[in-house]
Amino acid sequence: MAAATPRQSLLHSDAFVLLSRFVGRALLYLLLIVMSLWFLAPLFWMIMSSFMPLDQVGVFPVQWIPRVWQPENYTDALKFWNFGTTFRNTMFVTIVSLIGDIGSCTVVAYGFARFRFPFRDALFLILLATLMLPFAVRLIPVYAAYDAIGWIDTFYPLIVPNFFGNAFYIFICRQFFLGIPQDLLDAAKIDGASEVRIFTQVMIPLAKPAIVVIAILSFQNSWNDFLGPLIYLKDPDLHTLAIGLYKFTSLPGQGGIYNQQMAASTLMVLPVLIVFFLFQKQFIQGANISGLKG
Amino acid sequence: MAQAFGAQLSALRGRRRTRWRDLSPMRKREARFGLLFITPWIIGVLLFALFPFIASFVLSFTKYNIVAPPRWVGLEHYVHIFTDDPLFLKSLRNTAVYVGGSVVIRIVLGFALALLLNTKVRFLGLWRTLFYLPSVVPIVALSVIWLYVLNARAGLLNSLLYAIGLPRIRWFADPDYAMIAFLIMSTTWVGVTMVIFLAGLQGIPEEYYDAAKIDGANIFQRLRRVTIPLMTPTIYLNVLINIIGAFQVFTQIFIMTGGAPRDATRTYVLHLFDHAFQYLPPQMGYSSALAWILFIIIFIFTAAIVATSQRWVFYQGGEES
Repeated sequence: MAAATPRQSLLHSDAFVLLSRFVGRALLYLLLIVMSLWFLAPLFWMIMSSFMPLDQVGVFPVQWIPRVWQPENYTDALKFWNFGTTFRNTMFVTIVSLIGDIGSCTVVAYGFARFRFPFRDALFLILLATLMLPFAVRLIPVYAAYDAIGWIDTFYPLIVPNFFGNAFYIFICRQFFLGIPQDLLDAAKIDGASEVRIFTQVMIPLAKPAIVVIAILSFQNSWNDFLGPLIYLKDPDLHTLAIGLYKFTSLPGQGGIYNQQMAASTLMVLPVLIVFFLFQKQFIQGANISGLKG
Repeated sequence: MAQAFGAQLSALRGRRRTRWRDLSPMRKREARFGLLFITPWIIGVLLFALFPFIASFVLSFTKYNIVAPPRWVGLEHYVHIFTDDPLFLKSLRNTAVYVGGSVVIRIVLGFALALLLNTKVRFLGLWRTLFYLPSVVPIVALSVIWLYVLNARAGLLNSLLYAIGLPRIRWFADPDYAMIAFLIMSTTWVGVTMVIFLAGLQGIPEEYYDAAKIDGANIFQRLRRVTIPLMTPTIYLNVLINIIGAFQVFTQIFIMTGGAPRDATRTYVLHLFDHAFQYLPPQMGYSSALAWILFIIIFIFTAAIVATSQRWVFYQGGEES
């Protein structure tokens, strides 16, 4: 150590180390800020332009702050787009689907996690395999079947499947159930609780964190769904927000009214952003669980 | 999940089959309850996975327009697809561009961002939230917004190009750029991949880095010799998820271009969707044949990745629980 050359000692001097660490950190934060701008600029512009007069939206290069604030864009957009109906429909589909998802997935996950029965592991393997089945393969027969039983132009195709378990949510919930100590269940059994009571009164309360994650994923899934409502709902009175927004922006003559389009988009995005900020942790967990080992 | 799949498979191999009649009365009771609890899923998998899976295979050999019953035509659709449907090849090529491009973007950018955030950065939660935020925005709204981001005359991206002295690009009017535009848009969802990588990075024990440091490894050597090998299970998983997803890209393309200009953005699922739901009369049989070809392509890719994974995916301590 003592025989260090002057060059090395300069490199290892406190001042140099501090300086290079400072420069490194500054670069790091600069990079993070640039990336945040990349990700957020489109959303920021959506909100800003939803208040702009139309001629300002088309200015090049782009302007970020409304010259005059024009909240009328929202009322004008709502004249062409039956927001109330589509909002109510979306809420209905989302809430019923959520109930179905939580109910079916907790029950099925409990069956896989806590009971031994023949072919259990093989069945669970099939469950995981269904995750890899492309939706395009299922699309046509399922549509034809719904058509045959008269479910086109009803909410059933969007709601009913959720009552039969979603492979990914079952996986999440099963992993969670497996982590609950067996002693707790044995204690309940000794107290004479039935299987159903153990499930509803011991397991479900304990599984709350997993249920919240499932609820978030289910909400996001229904609220954002486009393809389902697109093919199953022709009647405008049944349209969801996703279809309403799509129809509104593709109306003939609406092509250039970007400020109203952005107002309409903001209305659809806002509830999602509110839920996201309230449950950020669970959103991130939901993304993470798919990356879990286990 | 991929590991779970592998673990499940190996658990199955080593096991003696339990037969119903060998079970004790108590085990029978337990088994009955178990089956009762999973009944909803069994019905679901039969109705919403197995039935459509088989039915679409059968339909792919028929002419079917929903109104009249399907009429058997044998291999006609498959022959037509491979010999007489120029849009099949074109849409497959466009999809390949999207799969290749978007998977590389998401893996490389997602990994880079996760590495940046794993350097004991301040306000970690805030950055993570900001990067993840665009991923939660409904895709219809994203499509409406990005139509303007990519607007040729006054869009956000062209304003950015202008600001750094580059010429404007007519993203959706120019067949050479239209697919690139969708690749740029695909950065929107990098946050999801990043979050998964970040969780993986946070699971790497600090001692490994300490040991590497003592051995005199610099930051790049630590990345190559410690971080990347330990992250291969997560990389593997992200590659699988993103490939399967990217092959099925549909919504933003349907809304934003519908395949234009000159079919430069016509992707495989869009082509399939048009045959089933846009053309009159609907060609559900043809579309089913296209769907099955897609299924086989995705299956081959997935199987190839899974099969080669043993060679490049490294599990810590050899355990793959």
